[in-house]
Amino acid sequence: MTYLAKPPLHHPSLERNAVGFTRRDYEGRISTLCAGCGHDSISAAIIQACFEIDLEPHRLAKFSGIGCSSKTPDYFVSPAHGFNAVHGRMPSVLTGANIAAKDLIYLGVSGDGDSASIGLGQFCHAVRRGVNMTYICENNGVYGLTKGQFSATSDKGSKAKKGAENKDSAIDLVMLALQLGATYVGRSFSGDKSQLVPLIKGALSHKGTSFIDVISPCVAFNNHVGSTKSFDYVREHNEAVNRMDVISPRAPIRADYKPGELKEVVQHDGSILRLRKLEDDYDSTDRNAALGYLARKAAEGEIVTGLLYVDPDASDLHDGLNTVACQLNKLTDQELIPPLSALEKINASLR
Amino acid sequence: MKPTDIGQPDYFHKVVDCQWACPAHTPVPEYIRLIAAQRYADAYMVNWKSNVFPGILGRTCDRPCEPACRRGRVEDEPVAICRLKRVAADNKGEVSQLMPPKAVKKNGKRVVCIGAGPASLTVARDLLPLGYEVHIYDGEAKGGGMIRTQIPRFRLPESVIDEEVNYILAYEPVTHFGKRVDSLKAVLAEGYDAVFVGTGAPRGRDLNLPGQKEAAANVHIGIDWLSNVSFEHIDKIGKRVIVLGGGNTAMDCCRTSRRLGGEDVKVIVRSGFDEMKASPWEKEDAQHEGIPIINFHNPREFTHENGKLTGVWFTKMHWVEKDGKKKLEPTGEPDVHYECDDVLMAVGQENSFPWIERDIGMDFDKWDMPVVDQATFQSTIPNVFFGGDAAFGPKNIIWAVAHGHDAAVSIDLFLTGQDVKKRPPPGTSMVSTKMGIHEWSYDNDVSLDLRYKVPMVENEVALRNVKVEVEKGFDPLLGYKEAQRCLNCDVQTVFAGKLCIECDACVDICPMDCITFTENGEETELRDRLNAPALNLTQDLYIGDDLKTGRVMVKDEDVCLHCGLCAERCPTGAWDMQQFYLDITHAGCSAKSVKPKRAPKPVAAE
Repeated sequence: MTYLAKPPLHHPSLERNAVGFTRRDYEGRISTLCAGCGHDSISAAIIQACFEIDLEPHRLAKFSGIGCSSKTPDYFVSPAHGFNAVHGRMPSVLTGANIAAKDLIYLGVSGDGDSASIGLGQFCHAVRRGVNMTYICENNGVYGLTKGQFSATSDKGSKAKKGAENKDSAIDLVMLALQLGATYVGRSFSGDKSQLVPLIKGALSHKGTSFIDVISPCVAFNNHVGSTKSFDYVREHNEAVNRMDVISPRAPIRADYKPGELKEVVQHDGSILRLRKLEDDYDSTDRNAALGYLARKAAEGEIVTGLLYVDPDASDLHDGLNTVACQLNKLTDQELIPPLSALEKINASLR
Repeated sequence: MKPTDIGQPDYFHKVVDCQWACPAHTPVPEYIRLIAAQRYADAYMVNWKSNVFPGILGRTCDRPCEPACRRGRVEDEPVAICRLKRVAADNKGEVSQLMPPKAVKKNGKRVVCIGAGPASLTVARDLLPLGYEVHIYDGEAKGGGMIRTQIPRFRLPESVIDEEVNYILAYEPVTHFGKRVDSLKAVLAEGYDAVFVGTGAPRGRDLNLPGQKEAAANVHIGIDWLSNVSFEHIDKIGKRVIVLGGGNTAMDCCRTSRRLGGEDVKVIVRSGFDEMKASPWEKEDAQHEGIPIINFHNPREFTHENGKLTGVWFTKMHWVEKDGKKKLEPTGEPDVHYECDDVLMAVGQENSFPWIERDIGMDFDKWDMPVVDQATFQSTIPNVFFGGDAAFGPKNIIWAVAHGHDAAVSIDLFLTGQDVKKRPPPGTSMVSTKMGIHEWSYDNDVSLDLRYKVPMVENEVALRNVKVEVEKGFDPLLGYKEAQRCLNCDVQTVFAGKLCIECDACVDICPMDCITFTENGEETELRDRLNAPALNLTQDLYIGDDLKTGRVMVKDEDVCLHCGLCAERCPTGAWDMQQFYLDITHAGCSAKSVKPKRAPKPVAAE
């Protein structure tokens, strides 16, 4: 935590992307979270991802609810659109915005309290409807803002800072998202940007509901021995199923990998997810297999990370509703108020 | 790469680029902070201790610190370090009470300094408070040497020279001013315990071109002419003046000419503009006074009529590459003639030692210069030492001061029966600047101001009188603003890997992308795969180990703003901002000058 803003001075080799921005242009205001908070690393990863996919900041719409995590949209991509909703209600506000202006890139940032407790219903329904968005849950397994109570994602048996043991079962948002039909599901760790940044890039360019559960240690209340969301615990039990590169539609294709080692998934917008397998028996395009694998590993106490499931040909809420091609908020009176003759035509057809 | 040994004094000294580049290793950021705090007298004393002539150097220094300044790599221009020094000197008030006391008891040793220039005066200042009896000889009536004779008054008022020379004379050396030494043998015969030769490079080079003899009345050697102006033996020059040469003396000559009646003054140099030896700011100042600099013209011949100079013939030159070497050669175009009334030749200076007998046992090299040890400044006669321009040829004041300090250390070691080759190490200290969660004992909010220009007297006034100081200097407010541009490079980022939880907070907050956590590797390969490539090979990589994941922390020192955000963001105190202070060894005080204060070990946050 600092009172000082990050000076605009930058490294002389700082590059510009295809739309003319530097990475620093995607930054936001100075974070007021605790020093060392995992959430700040996730913000940095979002900044890096937006820079790398050449996103024009005004095309991004950021949504959040309440909580430490939900403060973070203030800390990245300042020129983007943003809405800070009431506790747990971010998914419906995002859905509404998405209905009205579907051409924007939607990013919902939430936490384990906002998504798995007060907002669990909202979360489920947004996923179920296939809203075209990237939903990031900054999951620290603890209520940080109220000083360290267990949250709904705290693992059974996990210990609080003062030693109390959690007796309740945890909600696994990844499993939930898979069951509810999310079409891009990943899990990562705030302390591993090389994994997290490509996951966010892939999610932002995915059509359909993308969900990324990011384990983000709370340095103030959940980074001690006995916690299952501490830096040390996550590093020890992290089992990545794959490593991913996201290749933009514009980039030249380079084929310097051995056959069989790689799986390439072409997304709706032409971007390619190049997956390097780390687990031989893991297929990230098989939803049911993913569910089984995750359940097995969870029982062993392992944290499975990577791109867990993707359906590159997914449809979204607008496909389901069969909305017009034009963004709804751009429809004019001409389209919305048909002339009298149109009514007469309808009436005539009913006679 | 091996983990960095930060206990080695050179490591953090190198990070303080200005101090590292300064021959006298002045603790620049320390005195700049004192200026910002309006503690001018303290700022002056930090300077006085290390460079002896802050008021003089604050106007005339060759500023090796400024091209080295980290600010120049971060934005367009370095901090105006030199002119900030003057702010301290201008506003210091009374400082004599802050200077070391006079020796109460003499130690019985007699040292003689030949020449009263900056090198000799530094030797005298360092040795007098230790109880040495120091004698100073100089041909002029007052001390100061080339500072007094060669630097024009419009750049350096005489009152400043008097003041700073008098601080040294207050220690009561035995002065023999107005007495030029013409025999080293005779000096040695007087039984001094040690002799220091600080006679400078007093001979201006002569071109000896055709026609020079006939036009001699109007062809002058630059440094001699400047000293004649300084002593008011000369107070005018012809309307049309040509200055030959491209060094700082040439710039002084042309600007002085403008003040003594020269209306059409030109500098004509053999090389290209960019290759000129003059400092960029001195060229700028000359051009600002309406003096054109004509390059690639080699003087061939002086023209004259009835014993009066009429002009100079020049051959046009250009760079030619031969065997991979650049050489200046005539272009073959017809020669050009420039008319003029006077010519000033400022084409270099030489040492000359006609007064040193060759049969007294001193070795001379193939250029007929005395053999002097690079580190100890000792000649082949063990009790005779050299320093300043006399030692290794013409440099500048700050080098003379640095030589003086080192020679004084040697003389002190020699006369106390110690080995002059065993140099006492510098005193260093590291002190944490942490005062609170986001509070440091230095101002870590980086100023975004661009370099401030020093206010100048308008040309109409400045060119009328050679004694009007042309630069007004920064006033306290401008001085404060310029001081705030300093990045405090002496406040070091110190990393304790054992405390680090690898949360990446420092990596994310660093505005310059200096910090990377990665697998260790060879330096060249490592430099390439950092968050921002470390392309400046003159700047070190700081390697920290002891991390749980087995990775290393790599920090590229090159463009670090020393803003302390890494330490503010660190949840465990693995980063600390510690002030590094290095005091070079001065005579008699070896490593004791700084009491090494132990920096508190970084403590983990609860």
